[in-house]
Amino acid sequence: MNKLKIILNGITKENPTFVLLLGMCPTLGTTTSAENGMGMGLATMFVLICSNIVISLIKNIIPDKVRIPAFIVIIATFVTVLEMCMKAYVPALYSSLGLFIPLIVVNCIVLGRAESFAAKHGWFDSLLDGLGIGIGFTLALTLLGALREFLGTGKIFNMTLFPENYGILIFILAPGAFIALGYLIVIVNKLKSNKQ
Amino acid sequence: MITYISIFITAIFVNNIVLSQFLGICPFLGVSKKVNTALGMGAAVTFVMTIATIVTYLLQKYLLDITGLQFMQTIVFILVIAALVQMVEIILKKVSPSLYQALGVFLPLITTNCTILGVAILVIQKNFNLIESVVFAVSTALGFALALTLFAGIREQLSLTNVPKSMQGIPIALIAAGLLAMAFMGFSGIKIG
Repeated sequence: MNKLKIILNGITKENPTFVLLLGMCPTLGTTTSAENGMGMGLATMFVLICSNIVISLIKNIIPDKVRIPAFIVIIATFVTVLEMCMKAYVPALYSSLGLFIPLIVVNCIVLGRAESFAAKHGWFDSLLDGLGIGIGFTLALTLLGALREFLGTGKIFNMTLFPENYGILIFILAPGAFIALGYLIVIVNKLKSNKQ
Repeated sequence: MITYISIFITAIFVNNIVLSQFLGICPFLGVSKKVNTALGMGAAVTFVMTIATIVTYLLQKYLLDITGLQFMQTIVFILVIAALVQMVEIILKKVSPSLYQALGVFLPLITTNCTILGVAILVIQKNFNLIESVVFAVSTALGFALALTLFAGIREQLSLTNVPKSMQGIPIALIAAGLLAMAFMGFSGIKIG
């Protein structure tokens, strides 16, 4: 029961995108389509889970003063692993996400969870926390990507729902990202205040 | 010369790092409540980005490329940037206390600012030479400072308005940023040289 709570916590109460508002750069930059958003979310989830596990295992060995640089090196290592795997197996997705893959290193979610969760808990709980936050992030990115793709081109996951000519192009471009995310957060806030 | 002007204009207006490349959104939303802090952050980013780009560029050309260790790029760059920010902080404290006072608070925040790492990687990807890289870094940082300052001005006005409860704070800021990005789209299509 308690384990389940850790996973759910990342999806709802501490959702990185809608509640904590962390990792905004990839959220806005990679969600031009549902597929790209999901790819970015899964890539971040991989790094989150791996770095969380390793950091929780070696947290007692790392001196407190060099904690942050050590975390950054661990995270950067996994990002490099991810980069090489994606280049080899999903080159199309790799090239459409572009710069945002190496930039997972400076994603505040990953370092934030390492510092606030993995440095204080056991490896299994950290794994679950990484999984939960990763799922929350992936869901948010997929939702935003699907919304932008639908409004912009009339497709969701490349399935045409209405002809592309009627799409609102601006939602695929930069301003649409800000506006779509803004309104999604408004909806989340409204749901939260209705619940109370 | 025309290449440099082209890089300069493109990086500031056409491909603005915040409003069309989506890098550095965290400081863009975080430190844009007052025009003064926005200017300070902009200056700190310009300072660090220029130095960081030169150092990482030289490392890439004379260390990683020669030894064939290009895959270590991400790890090397982030470590160099983190160390560099620390060093800049220590040197500024000693050499120019007044400048340190103005920029000091923002320096620790810069390590995790993705624009610095982003630009360091971008200049390698774009195959710029050293001078082009410096021009690109300076103008990208100026573009960041411009977007941040403009946005801070808008947010100062926003704080005086009556916003619906669910939209207060970040949501209305994001929507305003969207409108600002739309204005910057007017620059797209400008070609020089």
